[in-house]
Amino acid sequence: MAYKIIEGCVNCWACLPLCPSEAIRDALPHFTIDARACTECEGDFADPQCASICPIEGVILDSLGVPLNPPGSLTGIPPDRWAEIRTQIQAR
Amino acid sequence: MELKVIAEAAGAPGGGCASSGCGAGGDKLAHLPEAIRAKINNHPCFSEDAHHHYARMHVAVAPACNIQCHYCNRKYDCSNESRPGVVSEVLTPDQAVKKVIAVAAAIPQMTVLGIAGPGDPLANPQRTLETFRQLSEKAPDIKLCVSTNGLALPELVDEICKHNIEHVTITINCVDPDVGAKIYPWIFWNNRRVTGRKAAEILIAQQQKGLEMLVARGVLVKVNSVLIPGVNAEHLKEVSRVVKAKGAFLHNVMPLIAEPEHGTFFGLMGQRGPTNDELSALQDACAGDMAMMRHCRQCRADAVGMLGEDRGDEFTLDKIAEQEVDYAAAMARRAEVHAAIEASRTAQRRQSSETFVSIASLTRRRPARPEPRPVLMAVASTGGGVINQHFGHAREFLVYEASANDVRFVGHRKVDLYCSGDETCGDGESVLAKTIRVLDGCEVVLCSRIGYEPWGQLEAAGIAPNGEHAMEPIEDAIAVVYREMGEAGLLEPAAGATQRMSA
Repeated sequence: MAYKIIEGCVNCWACLPLCPSEAIRDALPHFTIDARACTECEGDFADPQCASICPIEGVILDSLGVPLNPPGSLTGIPPDRWAEIRTQIQAR
Repeated sequence: MELKVIAEAAGAPGGGCASSGCGAGGDKLAHLPEAIRAKINNHPCFSEDAHHHYARMHVAVAPACNIQCHYCNRKYDCSNESRPGVVSEVLTPDQAVKKVIAVAAAIPQMTVLGIAGPGDPLANPQRTLETFRQLSEKAPDIKLCVSTNGLALPELVDEICKHNIEHVTITINCVDPDVGAKIYPWIFWNNRRVTGRKAAEILIAQQQKGLEMLVARGVLVKVNSVLIPGVNAEHLKEVSRVVKAKGAFLHNVMPLIAEPEHGTFFGLMGQRGPTNDELSALQDACAGDMAMMRHCRQCRADAVGMLGEDRGDEFTLDKIAEQEVDYAAAMARRAEVHAAIEASRTAQRRQSSETFVSIASLTRRRPARPEPRPVLMAVASTGGGVINQHFGHAREFLVYEASANDVRFVGHRKVDLYCSGDETCGDGESVLAKTIRVLDGCEVVLCSRIGYEPWGQLEAAGIAPNGEHAMEPIEDAIAVVYREMGEAGLLEPAAGATQRMSA
């Protein structure tokens, strides 16, 4: 079991020092997770640390390829509400 | 092409600059104890007068962040832009120290090294503190500053104090979690992500605690706030009151910068930044409570040099790689340069106080007449408190309000805050048209020289170009121009227009 960082990662470094297994590499064009080292924080933390600080939606996937921070999860706005919220904000 | 002044003010304005009227001028800080005033006397970011004479630099060593702000995009890097969080290279602590030494040797006016971002320096305490530790040892004549969102501040206050950091800036945009929930979507706290109102509540509590702890230890605290229309605009008066009561010595209200091309949440969602008037009015409203800062340039997180300029390109890693610096010799030269600057500042202060007497007497001599209306004037200057820049070279203008009573610095307006357009970004607006739009509301622009074409277009836009006061002190020249406008009958008060103007 291991997580994966995909394209879209902005190399902000936030996840790297948090990983209890030192599985994250500062690679280019984007950071990567060493699948052999990743434990999904099992036994260390209740929440996977990389996914809990990552600022970009959809760039960390679980072993099934499902984003840990799906679209809308970090801004707090579900994608279908964007248009509505946008109108509200534009009126300020 | 027809050119006229477009009503909507362009770009993000900023805090201002220059001499007597500006926020953290000598007088505004007179209530502070002597020990504190000594600390900020040559700090270009804290003392509005000092920024004419001294330079600062930032190093980016700490790119990670433990919170998300809706006005921040951690990816964006554009070398044409100047705004917080934008940076071209992230340095290791060792590289950062090498760069600071190289800059301090090349720019003897440099007094301050700050670590501000991108990211939160205290979310990366090892990298930040290692940089400070080496610098306090190798370059003891440089003041060290750190800027933080405050989340990790309480646990690091003692560590910070160990490294001889005299100044800390905390960005505090709210003291009400309901307001905070509209600015911060989440924070990383105790190894998990916390969202919504709860996140804002924790962040606010940590910021306030950190502020109190720093003040208790005698560290100078400046508070930055980002003015977000419709979100915290009114609320910032309360923020100002609270942080002043807790001992912050300076409040810097900065305009939100939110363009779609910056890729921030606010930018993408269409949240607007404040107008010049909104910013100025809020700074004035908060000023009743404490010293306000108006000369902040919202500089890049790797800016180098005087405020309003950026010499970062001269000190990239490859350019400093081969340099061997004799810092002992550099430090001796720096001390000489600083002594000369202090001597000239003393002389300049004496001169400008004489000017004010003559401006004030202007009204006293004509007590029967209604007070002449105030006028906004823009100035092209590269620093030193004098008019010394060609109109076409100015990347920002200092805006002053001349009135019957004084010449007051009200803010600066950047011409290049956003991409300059035509070539790379293709927005079609010429640089000159953009500049004229930025100068909206100003009636005069003072510069060292100006070309024939912009002269005509400025006049067509109702702004009088003036190159007659090159190399003169800014406030003196403005006073003279204002008096001339009065003699020419241009200052008759408009009917019922008594409200004060702002930038």
